[in-house]
Order: sequence, then structure tokens, then C-alpha cells
Amino acid sequence: MSKVEIRNLSMRFGITEVLRDINLSVREGEFVCILGPSGCGKSTLLNIVGGFVQPSAGEALIDGVPVSGPDPRRIFVFQERGVFPWLSVEENVAFGLFRLSDGEKRERVARYVQLVGLAGFEKAYPRELSGGMKQRLEVARALAVHPDVLYLDEPFGALDSITRLQMRRELLRIWQAEKKTILFVTHDIEESVQLADRVVVLSARPGKIRRVLEIDIPHPRDLSAPRYIELRDIIFSEIGLAHQV
Amino acid sequence: MAAVLVLAGLWQLAVIMTGATIFPSPGDVIRGLGELAGRGILWSYIGDSLVRVMSGYLAAVLLGIPLGMALGWFPTLGRIVNPIIQLLRPISPLAWMPLAVIWFGVSNAAPIFLIFLAALFPIVVASMNAVHNIPPMYLQAGRNFGLSTPRLMARVIVPATLPPILVSLRIAFGVAWLVLVAAEMIAVDSGLGYLIIDARNAGKRYDLVVGGMLLIGVVGLAVDSMFRLVADKAIEN
Repeated sequence: MSKVEIRNLSMRFGITEVLRDINLSVREGEFVCILGPSGCGKSTLLNIVGGFVQPSAGEALIDGVPVSGPDPRRIFVFQERGVFPWLSVEENVAFGLFRLSDGEKRERVARYVQLVGLAGFEKAYPRELSGGMKQRLEVARALAVHPDVLYLDEPFGALDSITRLQMRRELLRIWQAEKKTILFVTHDIEESVQLADRVVVLSARPGKIRRVLEIDIPHPRDLSAPRYIELRDIIFSEIGLAHQV
Repeated sequence: MAAVLVLAGLWQLAVIMTGATIFPSPGDVIRGLGELAGRGILWSYIGDSLVRVMSGYLAAVLLGIPLGMALGWFPTLGRIVNPIIQLLRPISPLAWMPLAVIWFGVSNAAPIFLIFLAALFPIVVASMNAVHNIPPMYLQAGRNFGLSTPRLMARVIVPATLPPILVSLRIAFGVAWLVLVAAEMIAVDSGLGYLIIDARNAGKRYDLVVGGMLLIGVVGLAVDSMFRLVADKAIEN
């Protein structure tokens, strides 16, 4: 049984058709990128799978169970603006842990603060952190509740390009350590090839799956390797076609 | 402090140079206030004014914050009630004076009611807007982590709306203080506003008129400074 199953999913806002007939299976522990131009419905797709929006047709299932609403087993990571400014780093990480004992809380907070590389900043507040650090804080907060799936919606969009490269490496390291299933929405072709096991290419609105590309390069990925460039160019021409429709 | 002394010096000079007989000098004012203090009136007037303003103001805070937040949280409620608020808001609280006197008589309740009204509107509007302006990401994250609505309220909505609401509380106090003085000029027989109007009517005591004005300024400033301390501390977090 796949971890995340999307069947015949369509979405319409009023008369605007945003997504059409999406079918996708995601294996446990897989890193899947959903790639497409602005307005193609990729964020909407993520919101539906995350339980924040009901689809107009079709369904999304997690572990075979239809998605009915937001759930701590599937955590969204937004851009770094999602961290709570009135809580310190450790308080943010502990945010979802209210059902745990104090000891368990402390242990998890320590573990994930360490994992994302924010050790030493436990008592700091988000306004004292850089954009990249806030992003890592948000990832730590998400991981602390031990979700099955992580949804990331263009999380590195607000960061400068150097930080973005570092954050991608960080994310891959954390993914390999924690083995979470990840759905990652992006408009950045390079990013998708650097990160994903599979890239789902969506067309422009209404979003349909144009292609699902298997990225068969092992990590760490060499950005100059011929296969990387080949795969990137496949997607590039795929997206280029989409713009001409 | 130095600026105050310079101003006082200029004031004294102006009085002397223009040969003013009615407008008091700084010395006159201080002597007049001293006289009031001696008769035991000064502190009781200040006390009465503070009690009135605090009663009306606290009532406005206790009602206004929950009401405003409810209007912000429940869109239908907001749609129904908001036009009423927008209609009543521009009406100066002082225009309610005749109604207040009919309803409450010439007593403490009348000015307290006016103060309550004056402080209520800014607090309700600010609370409503604070809820509207909560970044949806915060609410989504709260729901995502499995927070029930009461928990969401306590752990996300309250902290997220606290800074703008605190700012509005300070502003609302300023409005309340302004209204207090005017309300006291008409409806009661004690307090700083009453002091000013009575000093003029009962004996053309302009030293007390100016003294009363200065007291109003000083006490208002003192309370506002306390507000600022509290608000700044909270906004830091």
C-alpha cells in the first residue's frame, strides 16, 4: 500500500478549474517534487492532500484512509514566516508536543534543535534569527511531532540563492536521517532535480500531470554530471511545452 | 526637566511684560494649587477623576476586547454588527451627554458612561482588526498540530493579537482621559474637570484654571507612561 494516494482528483474554484484528474502514488519514505509554473494548482494540490481544502472530485488517501482535515501526522512547512514570533526557538519546537510529558518534550526539543543545526539558540527569538535559521526552526517544529509525511510549499522561496543551496543540502541530510515521506512543491526546475526521487510535472492551469520523471541519480548529486543535466533538460523542455499550450 | 524650566521662565516673562492681570504667572499657579492642597481638595479631586476614568475604561476593556475579537472571528457576526459600530463611532462621546444625564442623572455614573463609550469603540475596532490580521499561516499551523479551538485561542490567537490590542488600549486611555475632563465640566461636582470650570465660575480663579489644566496634563502623562512601559515589555515578546 502506498503512503499517499491521490485518485482522480480535480479542483474547481467557482468556474475556474484549477486541477484536473490528478493521479499519483507516493511510496513511504519517498521524496516527491511537484513542479509547475505559477498558478498551476500545485499549492492547492498540497493543501488538499494536507486536509485544508476539500477537492471538487476524487480523493486523497494517506495509508489508505481518506483525508478529512489537517492532522499532526502530516505537517506543513511553509516559508520561514510560519514560525511564531512570540515563542523562543525551543518553545516553537515544542509547540505541537503538548500531549507529551515534560521529560519527553525536553528530549525531543533537544534532539531536533540539534538536528537542524540550531544548537545554542534555544532561548533566542525568531526576530534574532536569519531567514535560513527560521526556516530550519520551522522544519524542527514540524519534525518534533514525528509526522509520517512532510509537506513543503516552496519553503526556500524567500531565501537568497546561496542559503537556498545550503538549505537543500540540510533538508536532504534530515530526510535521510529521519526517512520521512516528503511532498515538496516548487517552481524551480533545478531544485526539483537536486532533491527529488521523482518529479511530478504539472501543466499550466488547469493543472494536469504532464509527466512523472524518475530521478535515478544517487545522493549526493553532482550538479555537473551528464545525467543530472540530461534530466534537468527533459523537464525544461516539458515545462516549455506546457507554456506553449 | 530643563525644557520645563525654560518654558516656565518664558511664561513668567510673558506675564510680566504684557502686564497681564487675569492670566496667572507660574508662581500664581503654584500658590493656587498649594492652597487647594492645604484644603485637602487637591488629592481628592485627582482621586475622583482617576476613579471615574478607571471605572469607565476598565468596563470598556473587559467588554470591548472579547466583543471585538468575536466580531473578528465570526464573519457573519462581524458583517451584521460592524455597520452599527461604524455609524456610532464618529459621534463624539460628548454628544451622548444629554442622554447620559437623562439615563443616569447628575451623578458619577454619567461621566463614567461617557468614558466607557469613548474607550469602547477604539478597543472594539482594534481587537476586531487584530483578529482579521492574524497571518492565516499561524492558524493553519495551529490546526495542523491538532489544536482544538480553545487551545488555538490561548496559544495562537491571543499572543498574535496582543501587540496591536495593547497599543489600542493605550490610545483608548488617552481618549478616555480627554472625555473625562469634558464630562466632569458638566455633570459632577468634584474632579479635575470640575475644578477648572468651577474655578472660573465661582471666582474667576484663573490660577486654579491653569493649575487644573497642568494637573490634567501631568496625571494624563503619568498614566500614559505606565501604559507605555507595560506595552513595550509585552511587544518585546
